[in-house]
Amino acid sequence: MVKREVVGAHYGLRDWLAQRITAVVMVVYTAVILSVVAGLPRMDYWQWKVLWQTPVVRYATVLVILCLLFHTWIGVRNIFMDYIKDPALRLALYVLTIGALVWYGVWSFRILWSA
Amino acid sequence: MRFSIYRYNPEADDKPRMQAYDVALEPTDRMLLDALVRIKAHDDTLSFRRSCREGVCGSDAMNINGKNGLACITRIADLREPVQIRPLPGLPVVRDLIVDMSQFFKQYDSVKPYLVNNDPPPEKERLQSPQDREELDGLYECILCACCSTSCPSFWWNPDKFVGPAGLLQAYRFIADTRDQATNERLDNLEDPYRLFRCHSIMNCVDVCPKGLNPTRAIGKIKDLLVKRTV
Repeated sequence: MVKREVVGAHYGLRDWLAQRITAVVMVVYTAVILSVVAGLPRMDYWQWKVLWQTPVVRYATVLVILCLLFHTWIGVRNIFMDYIKDPALRLALYVLTIGALVWYGVWSFRILWSA
Repeated sequence: MRFSIYRYNPEADDKPRMQAYDVALEPTDRMLLDALVRIKAHDDTLSFRRSCREGVCGSDAMNINGKNGLACITRIADLREPVQIRPLPGLPVVRDLIVDMSQFFKQYDSVKPYLVNNDPPPEKERLQSPQDREELDGLYECILCACCSTSCPSFWWNPDKFVGPAGLLQAYRFIADTRDQATNERLDNLEDPYRLFRCHSIMNCVDVCPKGLNPTRAIGKIKDLLVKRTV
């Protein structure tokens, strides 16, 4: 194959924007959830359990976990793009990362719904 | 005054070395370039580029005590001894402080750093309002010394793919020019995870620019325009 430098994939904006939007979502969630926990009448197991069984908390957490996974994917892929030169190795690392992130997602949802 | 200067002649040396110099400076030696010229008078094997000696041509960019800058406008009085002088990081060394700038200029060339306007040229000149002209301030002053791009880790890792701060500043200089008609093509050219989005806004470029320019802000404005065009 001829050795040509190829760039110009015409994407990147969506990821860059998504990384910023997901960051805002996570900041807002962190502030809200911390203040909710601080406002609990008592800090014991039952209060904690009720908190995580509340549908709005549960679904907001699902949203934040999805944001976190997407944010992580973009960031980790950026690191691979910076440092890993070989496309085959980079692709393999992408697949591994996606696999790990999906696994983390499933795991967190199981934890949430077992509360 | 004591100096420690990077020496490397790829044709004769196995590997680079730092050479110590002890020079008696004259009262007229005010800038680092004056000291280098004086060292070269004693040791004419030392190689470096210089031309205008007043911060306009951008030839004598080098790494001075760990920070990129122009030797001709760096005051000797501000330097800690021994002054460590190395070539610009990340570019192949031709000899001593002289680096091969091909990759840097290739990236500069890739953003089409010239006005694209297909209208027939007017009799005198293409006019701009003072407000439109103001947008070019902080962009057109770039002297292409490469201090910024060679202080950027993203450019170190991907000099063949990432345009780098100097190239992107020039790209925005023509995107921002109301007389230019190729804005969309220019944005298309940059919308790429490597060409533009390797910039993670760490602002090394702003820190070292000897002309006090702000490539990070220009890159941010390119991203803003891409967002505006898309959403």
